[in-house]
Amino acid sequence: MKLTHLVSTALLAATAMTAGVLSANAADISDGKIKIGILNDQSGVYADFGGKWSVEAAKMAVEDFGGKVQGAPIEIVDADHQNKADIASNIARKWYDTEQVDAIMELTTSSVALAVQGISEEKKKIDIVTGAATTDLTGKACSPYGFHWAYDTHSQAVGTGGALVKQGGDSWYFITVDYAFGHSLEEQTTKFIEDKGGKVLGDVLYPLGATDYSSFLLQAQSSGAKVIGLANAGLDTSNSIKQAAEFGIVQGGQRLAALLFTLAEVHGLGLKAAQGVVLTEAYYWDRDDKSREFGERFLKRTGRMPNMIQAGTYSAVMQYLKAVDKAGTDATEPVAKLLHEMPVNDVFTQNGKVQADGSMVHDMYLFQVKKPEESKRDWDYYTYLATIPGDEAYLSASESGCSLK
Amino acid sequence: MTMIFGIPIQAFLGQLLVGLINGSFYAMLSLGLAVIFGLLRVINFAHGAQYMFGAFVGYLLLTYLGIGYWPALILAPLVVGIFGMVVERLALSKLYSIDPLYGLLFTFGLAQVIEGIFRYYYGVSGQPYSAPVQLGGGVNLGFMFLPVYRGWVVVASLIVCLGTWILIEKTRLGSYLRAATENPTLVQAFGVNVPLLLTLTYGLGSALAGFAGILAAPVYQVSPLMGSDLIIVVFAVVVVGGMGSILGAIVTGYMLGLAEGLTKVFYPEASNLVVFVIMAVVLLVRPAGLFGRDA
Repeated sequence: MKLTHLVSTALLAATAMTAGVLSANAADISDGKIKIGILNDQSGVYADFGGKWSVEAAKMAVEDFGGKVQGAPIEIVDADHQNKADIASNIARKWYDTEQVDAIMELTTSSVALAVQGISEEKKKIDIVTGAATTDLTGKACSPYGFHWAYDTHSQAVGTGGALVKQGGDSWYFITVDYAFGHSLEEQTTKFIEDKGGKVLGDVLYPLGATDYSSFLLQAQSSGAKVIGLANAGLDTSNSIKQAAEFGIVQGGQRLAALLFTLAEVHGLGLKAAQGVVLTEAYYWDRDDKSREFGERFLKRTGRMPNMIQAGTYSAVMQYLKAVDKAGTDATEPVAKLLHEMPVNDVFTQNGKVQADGSMVHDMYLFQVKKPEESKRDWDYYTYLATIPGDEAYLSASESGCSLK
Repeated sequence: MTMIFGIPIQAFLGQLLVGLINGSFYAMLSLGLAVIFGLLRVINFAHGAQYMFGAFVGYLLLTYLGIGYWPALILAPLVVGIFGMVVERLALSKLYSIDPLYGLLFTFGLAQVIEGIFRYYYGVSGQPYSAPVQLGGGVNLGFMFLPVYRGWVVVASLIVCLGTWILIEKTRLGSYLRAATENPTLVQAFGVNVPLLLTLTYGLGSALAGFAGILAAPVYQVSPLMGSDLIIVVFAVVVVGGMGSILGAIVTGYMLGLAEGLTKVFYPEASNLVVFVIMAVVLLVRPAGLFGRDA
């Protein structure tokens, strides 16, 4: 027994010497592999917003990274949380406690993201949110190991809200989905509108996943507000816009502000119904050579172009792997420290920087959905309007309400 | 401006009309369920999936064969109805002799499979489907802007509901159907092909769901989730109306649509609950439902 042990140690030492420093460090990777969990909605109203497409994006990042970090293999696992915080919490605990998952990412749906970020902090594990929106993740619920990567309610309020206020939309009425995300989005946008001298005439809160919006749209219509703010996402937004067209909202002179609307929903709605909608995204495939190259590869693999949640998930996984590689370990503290320090430069964004509160500050882009006749090919949906610099789009660490310095 | 319960009367009337439109969908769907339950004693959990299937047939006809809305209005219910008949013949008919629970479980499983298939191929954010040009635009009623298509939904649903009611309550075929449910052996002895009647009934119920689906396609996103969003409410409608009561299903469908519409004005947060609150109250006061015969 002792002899075998001795021989194996000697062998190990010999391999380590020949393979050099790299594989010697593999011992610093816990359980001999890196396991990243993608936890999101894969069957409900947000299944196209992120969904299994985000899982594909994460897998692409692993492949592009070479499949190994510090000699240790990288594995992506995924699960459907059905937009329920309790289900998500159970999965997160199981992953961390018994399945050696090192980090959880994506986390669409704010209520879920808040719950899982709490668990991650308790377990001292890293979570990177790309799918959820609430600024509380980097505000009062911030974690030293939690990161918010793609967008947040503030960036959407400043982007889409700002553009419409600038064009004279100074009175608003909100149709808001009744949970953490909708409340946060409405609150941020309201604050922004009021700061600019506009006013909010009223709002209506509806339960997630409603199918008929005509009643809410009529209330918004009769309020006489210049802008109807849709503080919702995914299929809910698509249904709202489709039905607004039916009721002649835009013909009647009111404007629609889809505060969180991405390429996935534009695709589902079709250009005929979505044309003219102003929206804010961090990523659009047809923006520069790098984004086009990634978009085309994603399209080839999945049959669709990525939106900012999916491209953001690619970026988050990539940056995490770079940090683990640089740290030479998957231990949470050093990796989190590097994630805070390293600038983000990839297909998703340029010169992104991470604040103490965990918010990844990067430029956002304002787009308008093209008319059907302007679109030259499949997925050619957006006209670029403006860039919103990261510092304007995101709350600074001192404004965010996070106690971490 | 005249006010009613603190809101302008124009807005109030608008909401009533919107409630009526939603009620049309409830009525049509619960009618199909009531027909199937009343005559087959099957609790058809696949109804939502069949509704979604109807909408998708419309979408697929348009996308791949270029067949527009009007032919689809006939073809979609036909396809869904035939699909329903095949299912009834191959599987459901084997379950009549055992506990009704098996029929419920089978149709529930079937719904999951159909939904899963569409979700796999089409995702959830839905597919675009526009109203036909003849029904585009809208009319200003003074108190609201009524999209022509929504008006058409109410008319079409009234015609279909009335037609189905007449078919079952007033025609010879309907009387066979009702008799076959009451006493299948006796009816068979008179030379009526009872199994065929039951197959046709399930086909009719499914076709009604398919018709509601194609009617809904231009209003809602054509999405694999559209059925499951609605089916639970529709079941509540059937329970309130009285399980198996055809007239009950129709009247309750419109009524609950109106009740929901009004809730959306006064307390929108509860709009997805109000139907169930009404259901609970009705069950307490009249366990057989509003139009059900006490067992």
